[in-house]
Amino acid sequence: MCLGIPGRVQEIYEADGIRMGKVNFGGVVKEVCLDYVPEIAVGDYTIVHVGFAITRIDEASAQESLRLFQKLGVLDEELQPEQHAGASGPPACPVHPWGGAAPDER
Amino acid sequence: MKYLAEFRNGEIAQRLAAEIRRMTTRRWAIMEVCGGQTHAIIRNGIDQLLPPEIELIHGPGCPVCVTPLEVIDKALAIAARPDVIFCSFGDMLRVPGSRHDLFRVKSEGGDVRVVYSPLDAVAIARDNPHKQVVFFGIGFETTAPANAMAVVVAKRQGLKNFSMLVSHVLVPPAIEAIMNSPSNRVQAFLAAGHVCSVMGYWQYPPLAEKYRAPIVVTGFEPLDILEGIRRAVRQLEAGAAYVENAYPRAVTFEGNQPAQRMLAEVFEPTDRAWRGIGVIPNSGWRLRDAYRAFDAEARFDVADIRAQEPPICRSGDVLQGKIKPIECPAFGNPCTPRTPLGATMVSSEGACAAYYNYGRFARAG
Repeated sequence: MCLGIPGRVQEIYEADGIRMGKVNFGGVVKEVCLDYVPEIAVGDYTIVHVGFAITRIDEASAQESLRLFQKLGVLDEELQPEQHAGASGPPACPVHPWGGAAPDER
Repeated sequence: MKYLAEFRNGEIAQRLAAEIRRMTTRRWAIMEVCGGQTHAIIRNGIDQLLPPEIELIHGPGCPVCVTPLEVIDKALAIAARPDVIFCSFGDMLRVPGSRHDLFRVKSEGGDVRVVYSPLDAVAIARDNPHKQVVFFGIGFETTAPANAMAVVVAKRQGLKNFSMLVSHVLVPPAIEAIMNSPSNRVQAFLAAGHVCSVMGYWQYPPLAEKYRAPIVVTGFEPLDILEGIRRAVRQLEAGAAYVENAYPRAVTFEGNQPAQRMLAEVFEPTDRAWRGIGVIPNSGWRLRDAYRAFDAEARFDVADIRAQEPPICRSGDVLQGKIKPIECPAFGNPCTPRTPLGATMVSSEGACAAYYNYGRFARAG
């Protein structure tokens, strides 16, 4: 019960004086209370816990984290190349979708 | 969620793990507070990616696990009444009380219903005016805003047949209890990301300072967890102890202000018993006087029910990080997810269930 699930807000309305909405979790749509996230808009991503949206997910922060993780890997490779030589399947340098403008970026 | 695949990128996980190996010069014990993180760690094998010097200790952050036996017994007593519709999140139904569980009450004719949201229970109360509808209000700070809203909506709608069996628990007092324990081994914490989505992390700097323990707010995807560990190790190796946010896409310092206002309106701090651990001062919430009319304990006169935990179950030691699940003599025999002795084996978020379900039977050296 304690897990928060990320989903995309696809509709917002009021019911019995409460701000409610329809949130799409990868194809499954559920009714969710949006009262605690007054700033949220249709198209935004949110984390939902027991039928309540508790936070809006910040896309810029998500991309920043991914860039940091990627940078750390590069840094590590430069500093400690032998670490990777010993690992199974040393990473080639793949094309990362967030390296430029991700295709699904708004 | 469009970033999900990226946050599960196995190759970058390997690189983060390599960075952690590069930084680590000695043994460190880090506690992940949240049961959701425990499951992500075991399911994704994150513990096996780490250098042997890094020990992850599983924390008390599973509300199903820490709900005291006597609260379960109170729920069973209320749910067995013919005039009651008892509503609960699904994972509470198999948690054993002193003699049986909510499933048994249901199989014996009790009207026990699983709901997705506490607002569903309010709707059931509205649709069944001739029944008493009781919601089992457990959980950490993540769940509490939803439960608070249910009470407020019931009051606003003038419902006289809705009440809540409240057993809320709070993370910061649990961290204090762990650090104050004479047998404590925890040196740093991965704070529970979604608790912090609600509460922010303004409560943590005094704890990091007082106990000289780094606290890193951490998410739930494999890369989030590895990054939380990397930052904790970086601080430990540098002799530092402050609070960092490694989950900024979902957590701010202040947290969710509307939710915190609602919590302050509905709840006040109280001492709470934690299953297997005992009473921790000011570690829970109860309804304020303005909402006391919705308190199921008072309405059904179950406040005096007491219970004894089975002595063979060591879930309290597991919840405090004193032993690993596999170090419990009852682990796997007789205690399994089908025949659980304690809540850490019952709950899908419990540390014992995680070890059992993902086949971690080998006793660690």
